[in-house]
Amino acid sequence: MSLLQVKKMTHYFGGLRAVYNYNLDINPGEIHGLIGPNGAGKTTIFNLITGIYTPTEGDILLDGKSIKGMRPHLIAAAGLARTFQNLRLWRYMTVLEHVKLAHYSKITYGLSGAFFNTRKRSQEENKITQKSMELLKLAGISHLADTVVTNLPYGAQRRLELARALAIEPKILFLDEPTAGMNPEEMLQMMDIIRKVQRQFNLAIFLIEHRMRLVMELSDRVQTLVFGEVVAEGLPEEVRNNPVVIDAYLGKEVET
Amino acid sequence: MKPPIDNSTPTPRKGIRRLWHSFRQLFAQTPLLGWLFGFLLASILENLIGYPLARVLGLSKIPVLFGVDIALKTPLLLPATLLYDLIIYIIPLFLTVRYLTPFANRLAAWLLRAPMWVSALIHMALLFLVLYLWTGINDYRVLVAKLMMVSIIITLSLNVVNGYMGEFSCSHPGFIALGAYIASIITVGFFVGGNLKFVILPAYLAPLVFPLALILGGVVAALGALLVAIPSFRTRGDYLAIISLAFMFIVKSMFENLEILGGARGFGDQPNLATLPVVFIWTMLCIWIINNFVQSTMGKALNAVRDNELAADAMTVDTRKTKMVTFLFAAFWAGIAGGLLAHVIRYVNPGTFGLQKLAEVLAMVYFGGLNSVIGSIVGAIGYNLLSEMLRPLELIKWLIIPLLLILVMIFRPTGLIAFREFDLHKILQPKIPAKMEEVENVPPSS
Ligand SMILES: Nc1ncnc2c1ncn2[C@@H]1O[C@H](COP(=O)(O)OP(=O)(O)O)[C@@H](O)[C@H]1O
Ligand SMILES: [Mg+2]
Repeated sequence: MSLLQVKKMTHYFGGLRAVYNYNLDINPGEIHGLIGPNGAGKTTIFNLITGIYTPTEGDILLDGKSIKGMRPHLIAAAGLARTFQNLRLWRYMTVLEHVKLAHYSKITYGLSGAFFNTRKRSQEENKITQKSMELLKLAGISHLADTVVTNLPYGAQRRLELARALAIEPKILFLDEPTAGMNPEEMLQMMDIIRKVQRQFNLAIFLIEHRMRLVMELSDRVQTLVFGEVVAEGLPEEVRNNPVVIDAYLGKEVET
Repeated sequence: MKPPIDNSTPTPRKGIRRLWHSFRQLFAQTPLLGWLFGFLLASILENLIGYPLARVLGLSKIPVLFGVDIALKTPLLLPATLLYDLIIYIIPLFLTVRYLTPFANRLAAWLLRAPMWVSALIHMALLFLVLYLWTGINDYRVLVAKLMMVSIIITLSLNVVNGYMGEFSCSHPGFIALGAYIASIITVGFFVGGNLKFVILPAYLAPLVFPLALILGGVVAALGALLVAIPSFRTRGDYLAIISLAFMFIVKSMFENLEILGGARGFGDQPNLATLPVVFIWTMLCIWIINNFVQSTMGKALNAVRDNELAADAMTVDTRKTKMVTFLFAAFWAGIAGGLLAHVIRYVNPGTFGLQKLAEVLAMVYFGGLNSVIGSIVGAIGYNLLSEMLRPLELIKWLIIPLLLILVMIFRPTGLIAFREFDLHKILQPKIPAKMEEVENVPPSS
């Protein structure tokens, strides 16, 4: 049984058909790429699956159970983590506090612990701090733990988004253009981190990318989305050589 | 912060700069404990020689708030009040800081060898002693000190919603009113009688019932908050400001129309239960609990909701619950503050809990600093002191205070001490390391 399954998902924004008849199957440990020109509806697909919007039609199953219509924080707690295309960090919080907060659903000390600073709370907070520091090390930004995010270089902000998403201990990780705005060197480092993370946690990854090289190298399967519809799907080479894809999207991109 | 190292001819300006520098160095090395000793000495001195000194200086009584009120009323007495402040406050403080700092540092370090709460309790006890002695001079000071502490609770609790969580709530006066009325109904009904007689209990039970009355007031305020929270936080969007404002007016007019509670006249005769130690303990409790909350990972969820709610959701934070719980929590403390307030002034009436109160509370929060426990303490104390000291100016006071607020908003849009963590350990610890470093740096000539 696949880990994440989307069946015939369609979504309208008012009169605009953003996603049409979208299907998806991701197995544990698999990396699935999603490419397509700007405005094709890729981010919308992420937002639909993660519960920010509820699809007009279709169903979404995680581990065989429908998560359609569930509130976003519950979907996240069920094991579906994501990063954002336009960074969404909390501007007055430190790097470490970001990763710690992503442990929210696992906190058991409750309000009494929060109000009265019980022993249980300090133990739990210490444990969360330790775990978070390990994730920061993995993302290569542990030296920035106490920096407030507004003072972070751009690349580090992207890495923090990744570390934060990993903190919810996801079964599947959604990455929305994780290398957007990065230079080639930073991009290669990011690819390494993604591979490392994938292997270490045997994580399934759903990856939106603009950069062909990254998608083609990392993904087990690739879908191409144009105007909200999948026009090609298969192994990376198949998609790369599909004339429809070249026509709709890759043609321009490959040349540049 | 390097000391000026130059041996050229001294000019007055350099002299002043050097003086200022050594002055600052001197104070930078003093731990909180040292300051507490200083204030303790000053208040003991005032109790011993304050009155005779005031008479010798030609003042009719001890200046209540550092003589600002006297000097504003009769400017001719300014030199006398300055001299008084110098002898009673400034010189003892300076001497303590000068000679007791090494001792205070050693003591602070020694205290921190035990668990931190031991040191915290000792600091608090000293603070209370200072407050007790200083307010012992006259009843007006007692009143000002109590109102100040009640204001701290009010400001801090509103800061949790408006600062930490970034919502804009206007209903605090309503919650304060609920707490004030509920607690008053209980204490008056059980211990005083009159219009509101339940059963009259023996007076020795009053101090035990009072905390329960306060808590009940807090709980009722929190229930009121639920009425605001349900429609406001169900959907995304900024309905809170308008709904909470409506709530404030509804509460006010409800009490205006409840004739058993005196209607618009309100009612008095609350027993004298909000004594200085009682108000002090509740204030410390409030600071402690709220500070615990905002520093926990659960409390950081408030900042996440404020700075990016979508990301908070995606990171498993139950944003709706967070908003609800936080809003109710803040209302609870506003209710506690209300109960205390009613028993400090020993009178309640609906007129107190209107727009003017709202303006005052918001002013304290934004003046002191958003997202900061220290900021709220400073905001509450600063606003109250200023408001009391400028009282002789009457109408002009209401020009000066808004003007100051506007200046703060221009130069520090988030308030005086915004976005700073209240780090208890840092506050309690000795300041020796800084001193060692500076001793090495200071040239031998100075
Ligand atoms: N909340 C929204 N309301 C209305 N239209 C939207 C909304 N979000 C996205 N869209 C539209 O849906 C289309 C797909 O957007 P998006 O998913 O962001 O594309 P991509 O991520 O592939 O670049 C665009 O035309 C965009 O304008
Ligand atoms: Mg996008």
